Amino acid sequence: MATFNLNINGKTHQVEADPATPMLWVLRDHLNMVGTKFGCGIAACGACTIHLGDMAMRSCQLPVSQVGNMPVTTIEGLSENGDHPVQKAWLEIDVPQCGYCQAGQIMNASALLKANTNPSDEEIEAAMNGNICRCGTYTRIKKAIKTAAAEINGAA
Amino acid sequence: MTLVKTSYDRRSFLKITSLTGGGLMIGFNWLVSCQSKPEAVLTMPKEWFKVTGFLKIGENGVVTIMSPNPEIGQNVKTSMPMIIAEELDVDWKNVIVEQAPLNTAIFTRQLAGGSQSIRQGWEGLRMAGAAARQMLKEAAAKAWNVPVDEITTEAGYLTHAGSGQKAGFGEMASAAAQLEIPKEVKLKEKNDFKIIGTSRKNVDGLKIVTGKPLYGLDYKREGMVYAMVAHPPAFGLKLKSYDASAAKSMPGIKDVFTIETYTAETSKNAFDATSFTELVVVAGNSTWEVLNAKKALNLEWEQIEDYVDVFSGYAPGTKIERNMPAGSESTSSHKALMAAHGTKPGKVVRKDGNPEAAFKKAAKIIERTYTAPFLAHNTMEPMNFFAHVTADKAELVGPIQTPEFLEQTISSRLGLPLEKIDIQMTRMGGGFGRRLYGHFGVEAAVISQKLNAPVKLVYTRESDMSYGIYRPSYHAYYRAGLDKDGNLIAFHVRAGGIPESPLAENRFPAGAVDNYLAESWAIDSNISIGAFRAPRSNFIAGAEQSFLDEVAEAAGKDPIQFRLDLMNRAKTNPIGENNDYDAARYAGVLELVREKSDWDKRDKKGRGVAAYFCHNSYVAHVLDLEMESGKPVVKNVTCAVDCGIVVNPIAATNLTEGGIVDGIGCALYGNLTFSEGKPEQNNFDSYRLIRHSEAPKNIDVHFVKSDVDPTGLGEPPFPPIMGALANALYNATGKRYYDQPLIGSQQILG
Repeated sequence: MATFNLNINGKTHQVEADPATPMLWVLRDHLNMVGTKFGCGIAACGACTIHLGDMAMRSCQLPVSQVGNMPVTTIEGLSENGDHPVQKAWLEIDVPQCGYCQAGQIMNASALLKANTNPSDEEIEAAMNGNICRCGTYTRIKKAIKTAAAEINGAA
Repeated sequence: MTLVKTSYDRRSFLKITSLTGGGLMIGFNWLVSCQSKPEAVLTMPKEWFKVTGFLKIGENGVVTIMSPNPEIGQNVKTSMPMIIAEELDVDWKNVIVEQAPLNTAIFTRQLAGGSQSIRQGWEGLRMAGAAARQMLKEAAAKAWNVPVDEITTEAGYLTHAGSGQKAGFGEMASAAAQLEIPKEVKLKEKNDFKIIGTSRKNVDGLKIVTGKPLYGLDYKREGMVYAMVAHPPAFGLKLKSYDASAAKSMPGIKDVFTIETYTAETSKNAFDATSFTELVVVAGNSTWEVLNAKKALNLEWEQIEDYVDVFSGYAPGTKIERNMPAGSESTSSHKALMAAHGTKPGKVVRKDGNPEAAFKKAAKIIERTYTAPFLAHNTMEPMNFFAHVTADKAELVGPIQTPEFLEQTISSRLGLPLEKIDIQMTRMGGGFGRRLYGHFGVEAAVISQKLNAPVKLVYTRESDMSYGIYRPSYHAYYRAGLDKDGNLIAFHVRAGGIPESPLAENRFPAGAVDNYLAESWAIDSNISIGAFRAPRSNFIAGAEQSFLDEVAEAAGKDPIQFRLDLMNRAKTNPIGENNDYDAARYAGVLELVREKSDWDKRDKKGRGVAAYFCHNSYVAHVLDLEMESGKPVVKNVTCAVDCGIVVNPIAATNLTEGGIVDGIGCALYGNLTFSEGKPEQNNFDSYRLIRHSEAPKNIDVHFVKSDVDPTGLGEPPFPPIMGALANALYNATGKRYYDQPLIGSQQILG
């Protein structure tokens, strides 16, 4: 066990945990932030995606001991009121079916748009390929990413 | 105008209560068929008179609708309340939708499965809304001393034009609660609908995109213990012994022990699929600690002996028996067994005319065989359940498609009366049939009872994928006889599987061919199976539609016209009895997809068509693909659906798109194989699901305009896309594909 001071969604959280504990379980079990989802535990589905700095990371493979001072953003902290352009686009296009994978999809999409504000279809597919949606909402996700990109570019 | 009765034989479908804080509450049954003929009422099950949903109108005018059905992503939590709101005549903005809990005293028969939620709920939901509106009008008529028929309603307001009186529903709600339920109520004319048929976004949308705790896995309770189970690594094995000394000494671990999910005395129902009799449980303080300790278990297994598993059937007093043979099964032996069965006669389940004589006369005979592997459901949210069992009650929370069945089993397993068991349903991270089988809920309850603590049972992905309850493996042999003019004069299907047959002998082309033979067979297996999105149809549709495509080609006919000609025969002069489809509606979706896809004008390179009827709805697809470096890239899918009235078009379109994407993925890649009884795939690195780059680039969904009451949609678009895909692959590569997965590990096609 060790003590970690984590910067999550702009706030410092102190956590006592085994250093090998993945951030996924620190978030879900220790901090009761359950928006980040468990899907596979081997970084093969993307449901647990969070941001470390500006990078999309699979939190199920990120040991808490490796986070250090890097700011962590989860779906709960992507925006104050659910009004990040990606979240707004998701509602506008009515993307979710069961919705379980969508937090990971949104976190991955928002990291993509931070790096590339005007991605092509191929760039969207390549960036999003690690996020599985069993309900099959992929065509809507692509539409929503383009809608969000348009808003980001329009506002800039 | 449709008048419906709210009661039969002195029993009412509706129950009224006044609310403590003022306002009106109506309990209703969403299963009710209020247009039933009086003679049918005598045989109506008592359950139809039990309340399964609620409608509340507060004095502030806010309408709360308790949606009675579990939400698995099919959007019933939005669509079902839309139906009530329509008849009630309220502004959708003032409607709050809540998931109704399962309370044994008042709720019954909540089940999401078989694409039946909207179809079965339609009349009961309408009746509830219409009755509430009628009572509000009566309350207003009394208050204003005017005739009730002169009062109109709109968007949550009551108006009497003559006297200029106007009131919100909330103002009349408490007075309405004092009235008798009207004996009969008027339903709206379908062309007066203002909410039904308009797109309403997911009521949980904001909660989903902001990561609010909605799902079973998100549920927490103070002092909750985390638990995981270890099951045998292969079918045909059971626990011999275990050594937990290392695991027990690991940090955060409370206990390691074994449980029997069901004992010999447990009364099991059709949704109690048993994969393994005994499980090893690891319980501790956090998921991560339990996960690590589970890996440190030392487990020994031994072979099972033959046994017969017995379940109660759907109908009271009936039994389902399943032979569970000993031994370790492998995919290679499954394939050999199925191939052998495919060449010998099966059980004849339908025969029209004289098939053998017709085949002897045929100018051309086409014979083909199709196969498909086992599939895992792979809901993105792994199986899990919360349970808190004390001496006198059991409280459960989690994702379940069959709460009422789970409740019965837990009652039997724990020895608690039904009224002492409370099951709360959470939103589900996918179902696809998997969460019909509530073993994980029973396990959580048994573990909680043993630990005397609140427990959260969590399956790892590996446990989830290797536990069983799979889509069965199937095989279908087809034979068609054409006369010299290319007319289909004989049709033979012989279908089977492990451990069930996918055959639907009364579906098309039964009824359209003079000489028709359908045979069925099945092979016992110890691998557990369950319903998977569009059970059986999810294979037989693709097989049949691929075969008909090849037969049409052999007959020298356009594949759509070939099918339409057969449907016309089934419509005008059907063969045999019990044909299980409406040929006119079937032809309707084919005609619509032909028009919308420009079928007659466009080159057929890389195009495939298929149509199918299941779960009371009709779907046709045209799929366009191009081969790029030996891989199919689906450019476009044009889809035509006839599911009757479409309640919520945006959600219906989303669900249809999802079925198409899922179907393409399952057909191209889905594959669960076995070696010595062991599933060879147990996570998404080895089990391939369709991903973003493999989804169709565009999907166009078209609904047939209809005033037929709504039918299912969660399942019907899924099966036929597999046929359209296989046919498009043929038209792109010149090669026919008969065995799913169509790609699998083979990367290059053509």
